Amino acid sequence: MQATSSLRESLITGGKTVRDVSEDISRQVEGKPTRLWWVAFSISVVLLMFGVYCLVTVLWEGIGVWGLNKTVGWAWDITNFVWWVGIGHAGTLISAILLLFRQKWRMSINRAAEAMTIFAVICAATFPLVHMGRLWLGLYWVLPLPNTWGSLWANFNSPLLWDVFAITTYFTVSLVFWYIGLIPDFAVIRDRAIRMGNKTRASIYNALSFGWDGAAKTWMRYESVALILAGLSTPLVLSVHTIVSFDFATSVVPGWHTTIFPPYFVAGAIFSGFAMVLTLLIVTRKVFKLEDYITIYHIELMNIIIIITGSIVGIAYITEFFIAWYGMVPAEYYAFYNRATGPYWWAYWSMMTCNVISPQLFWFKKLRTNIVATFVLSIIVNIGMWFERFVIIVTSIHRDYLPSSWSMFYPTMYDVGEYILTFGFFFTAFFLFAKFFPVINMAEVKSIIKSSSEKKH
Amino acid sequence: MSNTKKTYWKGLPQLKNDSEFVKHADKEFVDLGVQEDPGHSRRDFLKMMGFSVAAASLAACEAPIRKAIPYINKPVDADPGIPNYYASSYVNGGDYCSIVVKVRDGRPIKIEGNSLSKVTMGGTNAQVEASVLSLYDNYRLRGPKIKDASADWETVDKEVIAKLTEIAAKGGQIRIVSNTVLSPSTKAVIDKFKAKYPTTSHVQYDSISNYGILKANKESFGTAMIPSYDFSKAKVIVSIGADFLGTWLSPIEFTKQFAVNREVTNDKRDMSRLYQFESNLSLTGANADYRSMIKPSQEGLVVAQIYNILSGNGVNSIDKIAYLEKAAAELKANQGKALVVCGSNDKSVQLVVNAINNLLGSYGTTILPSAPVNFRQGNDEEMAAFVADVQGGKVEGVIFYNCNPVYDHPKGEALGAALKNISLTVSTSTTPDETASTSAYLAPDHHYLESWNDAEPKVNSFSLSQPAITPLFKTRQAQESFLVWAGESNTDYFSFVKEYWRSRFYNAGAGLDFQNFWDKCLYDGVLEVASAATAYSFAGNVDAALATINSTYKASGSGLELVVYESYGLGNGSQANNPLLQELPDPITKATWDHYVTISLKDATALGIENDAEGRTQLVNLTASGKTISVAALVQPGQAPGTLGVALGYGRTKVGKVGENIGANAYPLLAVGETLGYSILTGVKVEKTDTAFQLAQTQIHQTYMGRENVIQESLLADYNKNPEEWRDRAAKVTSWDKKVEPSTLSLWKGHEYKNHHWGMSIDLNTCTGCGACVVACNVENNVAIVGKQEVINRREMHWLRIDRYYTSDASPEDYKAAEIASENPEVVFQPMLCQHCNNAPCETVCPVAATTHSTEGLNQMTYNRCIGTRYCANNCPYKVRRFNWFKYHDNQQFTQANPAMNTDLGRMVLNPEVTVRSRGVMEKCSFCVQRIQTSKLTAKKERRPLQDGEVVTACQAACSTGAIVFGDMNNPESKISKLLDIDHYKEVEKDGKVEKVFNYGIDKNYKNPRAYRVLEEIGVKPNIFYLTKIRNKDKEKENA
Repeated sequence: MQATSSLRESLITGGKTVRDVSEDISRQVEGKPTRLWWVAFSISVVLLMFGVYCLVTVLWEGIGVWGLNKTVGWAWDITNFVWWVGIGHAGTLISAILLLFRQKWRMSINRAAEAMTIFAVICAATFPLVHMGRLWLGLYWVLPLPNTWGSLWANFNSPLLWDVFAITTYFTVSLVFWYIGLIPDFAVIRDRAIRMGNKTRASIYNALSFGWDGAAKTWMRYESVALILAGLSTPLVLSVHTIVSFDFATSVVPGWHTTIFPPYFVAGAIFSGFAMVLTLLIVTRKVFKLEDYITIYHIELMNIIIIITGSIVGIAYITEFFIAWYGMVPAEYYAFYNRATGPYWWAYWSMMTCNVISPQLFWFKKLRTNIVATFVLSIIVNIGMWFERFVIIVTSIHRDYLPSSWSMFYPTMYDVGEYILTFGFFFTAFFLFAKFFPVINMAEVKSIIKSSSEKKH
Repeated sequence: MSNTKKTYWKGLPQLKNDSEFVKHADKEFVDLGVQEDPGHSRRDFLKMMGFSVAAASLAACEAPIRKAIPYINKPVDADPGIPNYYASSYVNGGDYCSIVVKVRDGRPIKIEGNSLSKVTMGGTNAQVEASVLSLYDNYRLRGPKIKDASADWETVDKEVIAKLTEIAAKGGQIRIVSNTVLSPSTKAVIDKFKAKYPTTSHVQYDSISNYGILKANKESFGTAMIPSYDFSKAKVIVSIGADFLGTWLSPIEFTKQFAVNREVTNDKRDMSRLYQFESNLSLTGANADYRSMIKPSQEGLVVAQIYNILSGNGVNSIDKIAYLEKAAAELKANQGKALVVCGSNDKSVQLVVNAINNLLGSYGTTILPSAPVNFRQGNDEEMAAFVADVQGGKVEGVIFYNCNPVYDHPKGEALGAALKNISLTVSTSTTPDETASTSAYLAPDHHYLESWNDAEPKVNSFSLSQPAITPLFKTRQAQESFLVWAGESNTDYFSFVKEYWRSRFYNAGAGLDFQNFWDKCLYDGVLEVASAATAYSFAGNVDAALATINSTYKASGSGLELVVYESYGLGNGSQANNPLLQELPDPITKATWDHYVTISLKDATALGIENDAEGRTQLVNLTASGKTISVAALVQPGQAPGTLGVALGYGRTKVGKVGENIGANAYPLLAVGETLGYSILTGVKVEKTDTAFQLAQTQIHQTYMGRENVIQESLLADYNKNPEEWRDRAAKVTSWDKKVEPSTLSLWKGHEYKNHHWGMSIDLNTCTGCGACVVACNVENNVAIVGKQEVINRREMHWLRIDRYYTSDASPEDYKAAEIASENPEVVFQPMLCQHCNNAPCETVCPVAATTHSTEGLNQMTYNRCIGTRYCANNCPYKVRRFNWFKYHDNQQFTQANPAMNTDLGRMVLNPEVTVRSRGVMEKCSFCVQRIQTSKLTAKKERRPLQDGEVVTACQAACSTGAIVFGDMNNPESKISKLLDIDHYKEVEKDGKVEKVFNYGIDKNYKNPRAYRVLEEIGVKPNIFYLTKIRNKDKEKENA
């Protein structure tokens, strides 16, 4: 029996029964995909194919087809990497930290958010791989494998190596966590398939559910594993982006060499992650008619998190400027002056507008409960967060210590193409997920709906 | 088997009982009437196979050998992998340099200066360093040609001799046209030719003429000569448009001399002062203490005014030229230690310069007329007469030797057209250049590295050239061609030179047999012969010259004026197909691969020309001397308003893939008068076009933004007052309670180098920014040349670059304004290469430990290990790391720009000791680690410690001024230890007692007050030290 409060709005509307939940969520898995799904999926695949062409060109010709140069050694590649990793963070936050804090409202959204995490981390991982001049060696030499070359070993001082560990750990834990959550729901689909007499589907989902039997003992184990994995994931929410930020914070480049980076990056990651969750769910609830499961209330709560994290990020931006002025290090002072007024001023002010000013609109209840406003702002926030990484990476190194080496960065078709590649992959994967996997955690949602006797009158 | 009535037919013919079938029915194999060709029997097959095998084996014998095969009998002194060094001489047009050629496995791969030479004193420049690649130029002629068809030497000789004899028989005129010939033996050969064909005369001209000086000296002293100059004796140097550090007369020699007085040490706290009056910002102007912008129309007047002031004649020829009076006053105060030089090719101006130097007592002190030089003896009048004669049909036979007048003479186009009507035209050029391709007979000369020759750059200073490689192609030494055509019996030029030296220099009485004498000369490469000083007294008509100047030069010339200058990289254009020089950034503009007209900001604004930071500009139509060329405009700080500058050496049309059709030919713009004029005062027009153009510059930011942690400079007076002045200004960092020197704070414990500790010192005062080190580094380390587009993409691969910074009028706090250079900026050059930091930021960030620290202080790259994350380059505060964005070798895309890595011929120049880097790998300066290892191994084999000076990096060897010093900082006796004044002992407290122990640590206690490290405050502790730039200016800022 679910404890309910008269003060809180109901998390699931429409007076759903347990049966309704199974019915509504399994429907898209069992039925034929809609026209809309086909259109969206095709566009994603086309984007993916174009991206693959660009990727093959980069691997065939060399990194030179990108717009990088002797001064700017990283630009879109690492910007996209950090951006995608950041996006992934919301999923983990929702499923792990909110689970620990017993936030029931997460239950409708955590499945999709976790799927997003996994796809985003795959997208993110593409960039550190592709950006290597010799990927074929990099795959091998960054791993600390025992070898016959005496003491030759990966360099444990390097933040890039920490990245390798951080990302692989994060990916593994997220994947396992996500999959374990899926098991009871796969079983639901299996059981329904058996009832409908669809043998093929039944055997596939039976395999996917590892023969889930729904016994009380199984449920008990399931709950403890979920809790343990939530515990494991929680530090990852903080550590992964902290380590990503070390790529910059441990360097000597003015504008990168900043101790504020870890908290600032984590806040930014959650900020952008929630924005991405919103973008995806607003579309998903519409396409799959899940308005009763993902309600305005959910959207409003996420918008509140966006205000909070957006403000943290804004304070971090201002703090950086304050320290640059207060610290009296000429190179750093110039780096921040150059950010705001140099050749990339437009990137800086795009970032400020999108990340700091626009989320403040959510102080108005009318806006934060408005689907269209939320959708537009969620996209604006992600544009802003992309610019944040671009600003940090490119505007810092394009003018660092020796003015003789100052230069500009201009992206080529292939820089853009790699980004499109990840979008193509992300949406292709997400649409496949939405079609074949239950997008909402049925098992958990069932625990928060009121019993059928309490059906709304 | 069951009985059956089934019938099986062999085929339809049997069924039909065909008569043909019935006839052969009993035979097993039916001959269906197709007759085999009886011509091919088994015997034929065997015969043909035998022939094919034999033919194939024979053909295989003649196929090019693509595999290295060992010697059966090893030649003496030719050890695989061990280089040999041969002394030789570089001669190109009017330029001369005594050199040492490094030959490895039979291939010349590097050129360095010959320190035994009294003329060039071990110096080189970019063109000399790069000339080794010209040897492997794909555009070179493979053998003689008649018109466009390949021919053999016999045919060419037969036809040329027949024509020469025919012309000589009817008294027709024959001309040999060449640049200045430095070689006495060659002159003797030409004399033999002349003796055979008496109607021959030898016309010498130079693409960059100094005929004005010759004429002025003829009038002043009675001899048409160019004296030697000695800048090292001069305390005050005034140069009016003479770029003596860059291109004027003998820049290698002058750079060396100039540096002597620019060095400032604790013991020698004095330096020379250089005044420069010029229109274009030249290399010399960039090194001047006082630089004043004048228009070319004021050049003569400035010279006249200096004379007026010095002679006290009370006449005033010009007003308001900054520093003019000051310069004259200082010249007067430093008589006997002063020198005035002028780049003008105007006889009257040079005559007044002579008069000034005469008044100053320079002759015999800073000018040595008794040791005249032999280069730049070209006679403009004779050359003009020759062109007129060809046009007038008065000449019937022409042989071009070591010159390309169709390209590099203002009347070249007309000459080229007229040559078609001449019955005999022969070119000995090594390539089918503009002149050769209009000649009927191409008798290609060897490249100088394949030739025997001698030279007399200065009177009584001789030098030899010897082949460093067997001729690559079926070419023939031009002198040998002359001997053949002269009908000599002995046509071997080697024995000719040897005999010439025997008869001229060998003194049997000295107790040395000739072979030993010859070997010694060949080994040294040079020979000095004692000469008697000749007395010269000035007898020029100064008043007449002044009168001419006053009528020619107008004090307030209106309208634009043009100065045509020699390109630093390409010189006179003869090496335009050399990618090393095309990609060498111009020392001032930092532009590569491009031709441009330099224009002041004021004029550019008036014309609506805009340059942005990315080098995007517009093409302009530049008209002068009635010719119009289309070139890009480059806005140049320091360009005198109202003047334009354009370089020679570009616009080659027949030069090979690398250099073809870059820019426009500026030779036709020269003023043709009595002497060639390099300043065009009237009729200069510039029209902006709408065609966009992007210049490829390696540096697109002009100023150093007042960053004193990058460039530290001081005035001489300040330095003398307090040599440590800059140290007070060094950035300080705050520890928990006080401000401390940045180097004292570190998270790292530091490490020790128990053996060597390599370090380098670069003197910003003596570095002139010439760029010889850049080319030397490229050649030594197989640095890829990437071409114009990749330079525009900011991806040039140079391991060593020279940062050129202008000063700004704005305060360093005003960031926007500080980006803009002054109208007439001061310039500082800073060679920038891997700093080999002791706490290297690149090393900590590499995920795979591909860049690590050696036990001798080197920051080293392991290419095999590198995966190309570029993190190291991002984290390098000096931005010296270079990434292989593409595969630069064996890649069709880069054949045009980088023949040294993409053609079979070009690859011969690669240094086998240095890996050619693959795609996706980071690279950077290695402190020439291959040289360090070679010297260490030699010392080890000889069981002795490594001596200081045994390891010389390529950049150090190329540096004419000695600005770069490299050595072991752990060796108290080394030059670098002494230069930096390193205290090798530190005090350590042990058991309550203070002991002095040898400091092997990374923190060397250097006491030279001029030494600093770039970006000291970030604590990376580089092993490269820079010595503060010191300007010899008066303390108070004067207003011009």
